[in-house]
Amino acid sequence: MVSQSTIERPAGVADAKTGRTEPRIKLAVKDLSIRYGKVVALHGVNLEIHEHEIFGIIGPANAGKTSFLKAINRMDVFTPGMRVSGDIDFNGRDTRRLNNVYALRSRIGVVFPLPVGLPMTVYDNVALSPRLRGIKSKAELDVIVQRCLTRAALWDEVKDRLNALGSLLSGGQQQRLTIARALSQEPDLLMLDEFSIAVDPVTTMRIEDVLKELRQEVTIILVTNLVQQARRLADRTAFFLDSECVEIGVTEDLFTGEVKDQRTRDYVEGRFG
Amino acid sequence: MAISTTASRATIAAVGGADSFDRRNADWYVDKAVQVLVFVCGISAIIFVLGIFVFVTKEGIGFVFQHLDFKEFFLTPYWFPSDADDPEYGILALMAGTASVTGLAMLVAIPFSLGAAIYIAEFATGKTREALKVLVELLAAIPSVVWGFIGLVIMNPLIIKWFDVPVGLCVLNAGIILGLMAAPIMTSIAEDALKAVPDRYREAAEAMGATRWQVTYKVVLPAAKNGLLGGVLLGVGRGFGETMAVLMATGHAVNIPDSIFDSVRALTATIAAELGETVVGGEHYQVLFTIGILLFLVTFIVNLSADLIVRGIRKG
Repeated sequence: MVSQSTIERPAGVADAKTGRTEPRIKLAVKDLSIRYGKVVALHGVNLEIHEHEIFGIIGPANAGKTSFLKAINRMDVFTPGMRVSGDIDFNGRDTRRLNNVYALRSRIGVVFPLPVGLPMTVYDNVALSPRLRGIKSKAELDVIVQRCLTRAALWDEVKDRLNALGSLLSGGQQQRLTIARALSQEPDLLMLDEFSIAVDPVTTMRIEDVLKELRQEVTIILVTNLVQQARRLADRTAFFLDSECVEIGVTEDLFTGEVKDQRTRDYVEGRFG
Repeated sequence: MAISTTASRATIAAVGGADSFDRRNADWYVDKAVQVLVFVCGISAIIFVLGIFVFVTKEGIGFVFQHLDFKEFFLTPYWFPSDADDPEYGILALMAGTASVTGLAMLVAIPFSLGAAIYIAEFATGKTREALKVLVELLAAIPSVVWGFIGLVIMNPLIIKWFDVPVGLCVLNAGIILGLMAAPIMTSIAEDALKAVPDRYREAAEAMGATRWQVTYKVVLPAAKNGLLGGVLLGVGRGFGETMAVLMATGHAVNIPDSIFDSVRALTATIAAELGETVVGGEHYQVLFTIGILLFLVTFIVNLSADLIVRGIRKG
């Protein structure tokens, strides 16, 4: 198991002496284990995610990546048989013990592998979360919708058909719509789960550019099965394998061979099997 | 601007986050209240079913334990409940009546409803499909007494004329009426099952050059078979429990049928026709409720298996 002290280059983090009030640790995971019935999905994970970094998670299928995301926004509440143990602190607050799990989720944006355009108009898709927050003013909603769609690099394509059904957009457009919707939550943390699985390479590149800009504002967890995508985007990257977190490190180190575990090198170099 | 908004929110969360995740706001309480409300509604269904079961059992169980001779009850066809000296309660003929009518009804309804469902789901397009779906739903809503009336005044003379038999109220009449009654519901369920088969299956098969019928027969029907079987079983349950149409179309004569032109009598129709004449709590009254228990158990088993089978398709 890799301890936190081995991280040499925490990105974009200020220490206490500078007087900044933001906590440098956005998410602290301690001894996290996830089981579905008797099947262990994840075991003994310890890691910390810093504010305003893109944290990559790579690993083969069934490594526990998606379960990890589900545990963070407390999807275990609605997933029968899912058992989570350990601590997950979000902004220093223990998410395992809270009264209002909806309040937690409203602060965390999630983008799923397959785009989910809700069966309502493009406009309503993006305005849903602000409306849930109680924003009613049309003018205010207009601003939010335009801003989120623009930042998700979708505005130019849909500005003339905001009243078209979101579920009728193309796959790549729907995925950017999903991202716009996540941004409309004004999230503190954005979690993307293999977002490019159903998206063409050009759109993938555009979304990646969007993510690089978003790093200024939100913390991003990027689960990906494309190791090169992690290399392009992530400041630090964790390697999950067989329900364990094998390696955590500065992304570039993982790709230049400065790894603690031989399996990490094999995986990123594509010599896995 | 966007940046500052988000940053300020983040700061608020950092400072006051601990509270906001614990504070139960109006949305949280509305959610809880709705959960309680729908729980009560949901649980009430169970309470009603249990209540009916307890009532029917309470009225009929006394006879089962005190007087019921299983051999006589199930294996003799002699139903003379009103005989003052020596009433006989043999339901063999009644069971034969129900079984023969339900069986014939399924022979009519299964091919009919499957064909209709396949046409609506796989072959019809656009307005035809929509119109047919509405019409099928409408057919399903026709009250059973209307079907019984049709059996009595239309089917009865037709059967007498065509087949040259003395009475047209018989297994054939009731079977056809019941089959036509059950068909719309079975069509509706079968169509749902076919609709649940993903289009990509059809596209993959069509891309190989399979004809529409080949796609239906080789790919769609096997994929939908659990749902279709569930629909058929629900139809059986419907036929088994149907009372009014069967009472009017069978001839209501206690009789083990030799041919489809014999009059018979159904279990349900017996209860409907005789319960009003009995002394509450008397032996005849209790026997009718014993038949009720039997009907309840059979429909329960049929519906439960239909439900389990349909459920199977969703998992697989």
